[in-house]
Amino acid sequence: MAAAVLIQNLSKSYGTVPAVKDVSFQVNHGEIFGLLGPNGAGKTTTIRCLCTLAKPDSGSIEIGGVSVLEQPREARKMLGYVAQEVALDKILTGRELLELQAALYHIPKREAKQRIEVLLEVLDLHSYADKKTGTYSGGLKRRIDLAAGLLHQPEVLVLDEPTVGLDIESRVVVWDFLRQLRASGTTIIITSHYLEEVDALADRVGIIDRGLVIAEGTPSTLKNRLGGDRITLRIREFTPPAEAEKARHLLSELPCVQAAIVNPNQANALNLVVTPDPDVLMTIQQSLKAAELPIFGISQSRPSLDDVYLAATGKTLLDAELSAASSRDLKAEKKQSMR
Amino acid sequence: MSGTINTSEPTNVQAKDIYRSREPLASNGFADFIQETLALTKRLFIQLQRRPSTLVAGIIQPLMWLLLFGALFQNAPQGMMGNDLSYGQFLGAGLIVFTAFVGALNAGLPVMFDREFGFLNRLLVAPLASRYSIVAASAIYIVALSFVQTAAIIGVNALMGAGLPSIAGLGIIALIILLLVLGVTALSLGLTFALPGHIELIAVIFVVNLPLLFASTALAPLAFMPQWLQLVACLNPLTYAIEPIRYLYTHPQWDLSSIVLQATWGDVSFGTSLSILVGFALLTLTAIQPLLKRRLA
Repeated sequence: MAAAVLIQNLSKSYGTVPAVKDVSFQVNHGEIFGLLGPNGAGKTTTIRCLCTLAKPDSGSIEIGGVSVLEQPREARKMLGYVAQEVALDKILTGRELLELQAALYHIPKREAKQRIEVLLEVLDLHSYADKKTGTYSGGLKRRIDLAAGLLHQPEVLVLDEPTVGLDIESRVVVWDFLRQLRASGTTIIITSHYLEEVDALADRVGIIDRGLVIAEGTPSTLKNRLGGDRITLRIREFTPPAEAEKARHLLSELPCVQAAIVNPNQANALNLVVTPDPDVLMTIQQSLKAAELPIFGISQSRPSLDDVYLAATGKTLLDAELSAASSRDLKAEKKQSMR
Repeated sequence: MSGTINTSEPTNVQAKDIYRSREPLASNGFADFIQETLALTKRLFIQLQRRPSTLVAGIIQPLMWLLLFGALFQNAPQGMMGNDLSYGQFLGAGLIVFTAFVGALNAGLPVMFDREFGFLNRLLVAPLASRYSIVAASAIYIVALSFVQTAAIIGVNALMGAGLPSIAGLGIIALIILLLVLGVTALSLGLTFALPGHIELIAVIFVVNLPLLFASTALAPLAFMPQWLQLVACLNPLTYAIEPIRYLYTHPQWDLSSIVLQATWGDVSFGTSLSILVGFALLTLTAIQPLLKRRLA
């Protein structure tokens, strides 16, 4: 059986700016695949190519063995797409929007009517179905958009940043719903720049950075591959660089510390990789005490997906996010999404 | 948590119920095209019904022209327009055509807003039988709107004493409007996909609008114009829509060989005018093909 989605050596540039350089990954049937990366990493461009909205410069994309480039119409039939920015016609009611969507997917009228009822029920939209979508809240808009994406019962559901702008509670509700969809056999691809979202939801994850896939696997495999525990140590609330450097030098000498860096984005806190050992915190504390250095805070954890990202790119997802935010040209991006 | 996204009241419908059957839907290219075109057209009419201001303005505006612009030249010497026409009678045909023209010129605006708001992407990820259904829906909508406007002008014009063409004449007027609107709608949709945004589209519409009116025979006969303007007016497709309609208003007897216009390049018959309009519609529809293919394929 062919993979649900197979992307090979995808590249796409806008003008001279490469948005996606060389992206390859595979999504298996019935799994939730998370595409994780900071804003501007190429997630949306990859998704746009997958959904036939952008033509790749090179590479191949297959959905259930069907080439997206050669048989776009067949591919579209198998694909449900929930875009990042919800585009609703605010003057239509929710039901009218779903009816339009059903006609665009050539679902016979009677069948469409039944499907719309079920979706309105499942997504708890009944009381809003005959109100104009212009009056909807952010959460309602997401839900009607989700309903529209599911109307034709797609084999593969693609959601671009499905929970951006939602409060924590609504986010958990969406997660729960997606898990149920997976249980009914739907393959789901989500993009996200929320670590916890991908960690909580995805069976497998592809981490994408500057147009390249830098890691692919189950979240636990990726994390375990790193080895060692993570320790964040803060000497003071705001540690002077010299003092932080002194502590780093001191702790690097310890046999249990595998790596240590000073992180200027966390007020010069120390990020340590240590051998998983119950006594390691005590060893560090004693060592600092001997050198008469105070401790403001110290925490130990298993490696996270962020550490996977850090190990591959040398920066945390948050740092990447911040640096991307200042260099993005939102106007140009908007233009790319226009057809 | 029951199987719903609902946090308030529990229900027994679950996410798995969304997938009623995985049977593929039967596909029939032509029926699919009709279904999607009708759905897209319906959307435009729902918009019109809930936001009727464009239609109301689109009817009021030509009537204002008829009343005010007609009054402006009320005291012009009788016969100045030729064939002892009053200016009101003369102006009617011009306004019918101009109104349809402006409506069609604006046809691209809703599509442009769909582009800008990302709604077009919703249509483009759908397995449309042909993306020309988007074009077809716009054309059907604008043609219907133009017919309503035309009927209003013809009605008011009759009340003001300009008379009414015969049933066959009215049919020909409808045909002329249809051809012109198809041609201009194609042009407008072409612009919509060629220009970056609605500001630019509105600017082009604004610039094209009045010059094409003045450089046609809508407001004054060819004989009034200096030689160079006559030349321009004879290249303007609006002229070939206006003159046959005007002829219908003033001549109870007409056939395809009736001469409706003495153009700078020779006499133009009724039939020739219609052929020119057909040619114009075919030309613009063909001209925008590569652009639509690039944007919509």
